[in-house]
Amino acid sequence: MWETPTVADTYRIIRLCKDGARMNRRKLLKASAGVLTGVVVSGSPLALWAKGRAWTMDLAALSTADAATLMAMVRTILPHDKLDDLAYAQVVKAVDQQAHGDSRFAALIEGGLRQLGSDFGKNGESQRVEILKKIESSEFFQAMRQKSVQILYATPFAYSYFGYEGEAFSKGGYLFRGFSDLHWLPEVPEENSGPLPAKS
Amino acid sequence: MANIALNDSEAVVIIGSGAGGGTLAHELTRHGIKVVLLEAGKRQSTQTFSQVPGEAFRQLTWLDARTQSGDWGVKRDFPDLPVWHCKTVGGTTVHWTAATPRLQPWELQAKTIYGAIPGSSLIDWPLSYDELETYYQLAERRMGVTRRNGIPGLPASNNFKVMYAAATKAGYKQVHTGHLAINSRAFDGRGFCIQQGFCVQGCKMGAKWSTLYTEIPRAEATGNLELRTESTAVRVEHNDAGRVNGIVYRDPQGREQRQKARIVCVAGNAIETTRLLLLSESSKFPNGLGNSSGQVGRNYCHHITGLVWGIFDKPVYSWRGATIAGVVEDEARNDPSRGFVGGYRLELITLDLPTFPLVGLRYGWGRDFASIIEDYRNLSGMFINGEDLPRPDNRITLNSVVKDAFGLPAANVHVDEHANDVALRKHAQGQITKIYQGIDAKRIVPGPVPPATHNLCTARMSARLEDGVTNRWGQSHEIKNLFISDGSALTTAGCANPTLTIVALALRQAEFIAGELKAGHI
Repeated sequence: MWETPTVADTYRIIRLCKDGARMNRRKLLKASAGVLTGVVVSGSPLALWAKGRAWTMDLAALSTADAATLMAMVRTILPHDKLDDLAYAQVVKAVDQQAHGDSRFAALIEGGLRQLGSDFGKNGESQRVEILKKIESSEFFQAMRQKSVQILYATPFAYSYFGYEGEAFSKGGYLFRGFSDLHWLPEVPEENSGPLPAKS
Repeated sequence: MANIALNDSEAVVIIGSGAGGGTLAHELTRHGIKVVLLEAGKRQSTQTFSQVPGEAFRQLTWLDARTQSGDWGVKRDFPDLPVWHCKTVGGTTVHWTAATPRLQPWELQAKTIYGAIPGSSLIDWPLSYDELETYYQLAERRMGVTRRNGIPGLPASNNFKVMYAAATKAGYKQVHTGHLAINSRAFDGRGFCIQQGFCVQGCKMGAKWSTLYTEIPRAEATGNLELRTESTAVRVEHNDAGRVNGIVYRDPQGREQRQKARIVCVAGNAIETTRLLLLSESSKFPNGLGNSSGQVGRNYCHHITGLVWGIFDKPVYSWRGATIAGVVEDEARNDPSRGFVGGYRLELITLDLPTFPLVGLRYGWGRDFASIIEDYRNLSGMFINGEDLPRPDNRITLNSVVKDAFGLPAANVHVDEHANDVALRKHAQGQITKIYQGIDAKRIVPGPVPPATHNLCTARMSARLEDGVTNRWGQSHEIKNLFISDGSALTTAGCANPTLTIVALALRQAEFIAGELKAGHI
């Protein structure tokens, strides 16, 4: 049910994001089938420290054009307009990695891409939705939907975008960090609630 | 830890180290009885629990192949995961959310109170509530259940504030932060809940009761327990007289081992308990062990569940806090005027961001689907936990095609919902909708029926052999030294989350086994 980018992946992406502009693209291209590139946009949570930074992600199995088509597909499946491309790129990266090691999966993606056509990404959103509706029951679409839902919301970019604070053990839980800071509704009487445990 | 020889025929062998098996192991070893505890999973600890939701899921969950059939929603929404329970030392008490309500007295007399309902196989429990109550009290003390024995409730989280305001406005009276086996203050050598919201990932505080760090280490400290991890039972063996006398299992290297036994207690969660009994067929027991009645695997109950989310125009931050620390209990009654028998609880729920769209939402994509997640900060949730009716054909069977890693048939889970089940869920969803609308939710989002986490009744205790698999002690009707020690033995599901009842029954069964051993009866 779940598949998430590893911590190493995440740091690598962030490094790419920071250093992307300075990356030696030629060197990257030599080792990979294609590349995904982008620029961190304003409005993205990443913009705080990385606005305007170019990023580059090397691919093992997908071509540059195919990766761009899949990016457009993932953005159509889960449209969050202000969520940075870098988050969506993680889904494509995961598809690329699986396609690299799994020939059956690679054939499934390749077949789906052929069906979508190379101009898929040039369509407006409503046209892309219509095209995807027609292939909704296909194994390709279902695999891409599942990957998208599994990966996108597990990325640190999504955590930041949706305001999700994640694991709290390392910070002492939420007990003294807002677990009960909602004030737009009445407080709960003591007998239906319980006392805060002592800090000591 | 004890070192028990494979040919020690005096050993009690327990299969599964969760709420039932782990508790039973502690009680028996306390009585000086030598126990071999077989656990299919690995041993984790509060230090090793992953804090990445996807990793934690893979670390703790029973992921071996299963199949499913029938008309229940799980088949559509979670085709690969009909049930969600653990494969790790501590079993499902590692990922449970620790709700510990009791069954109510009338729920033990479901057949008498509800009457004969076509399409169901209801029976009454073969023991009274008074008998069970003694062990509920013991279990609650053992587990440190809140709002019992002077232990305070957990403090209200943001998510509960929404539940409380909305439910009381709708007229509900019994709305509180719940009976939970989660420490609201330090208890029993374990710290208090710091409201991490990661109950399902394994509580790194150890504030939530789990046999992993309560019963099992104490059993080990008696010197009478040998815990064998990554050891998967594949067959229970018996002698010519029809007494069980050993267990065949796969060790961590996948090699077949054979442990002799005086008594075998099966506590592998209802799906695996059933599978093991069916896999243990022989010429003497051609339908599977203890299954001359044909009832093993039948009457599968899983609770009528569902999720409903309310979205507000202000933030809730529902993830900050214990997952299920809130309950509305007013509907936990039998009132056929609602259009169904049996009751339900509404329990607070929150899901971490990666899990929310996977488990919390119905299938979807595009703008509408994404717009729900856009409001992740502003949502509050409730989980329905209602009584389902037992049906003879809702059952666990062996799949003749799909096999596990050892080449043995996988379990198939079949559920066709009864009209009563459908009516109960519809009523509960309607009530939650009204509750949230009463405090101006801007949107109500009904979720899917999640994979079953409560797997029950497939070796149910019954007064008569033809109605069930075990007697009032969870002892096989046919084989005196074979016991069922998990949720499979519950006679009916009621509308209480089952772990407290499983622990209470394990404590009671341990006393019985110790007494019978002493008396030389088994």
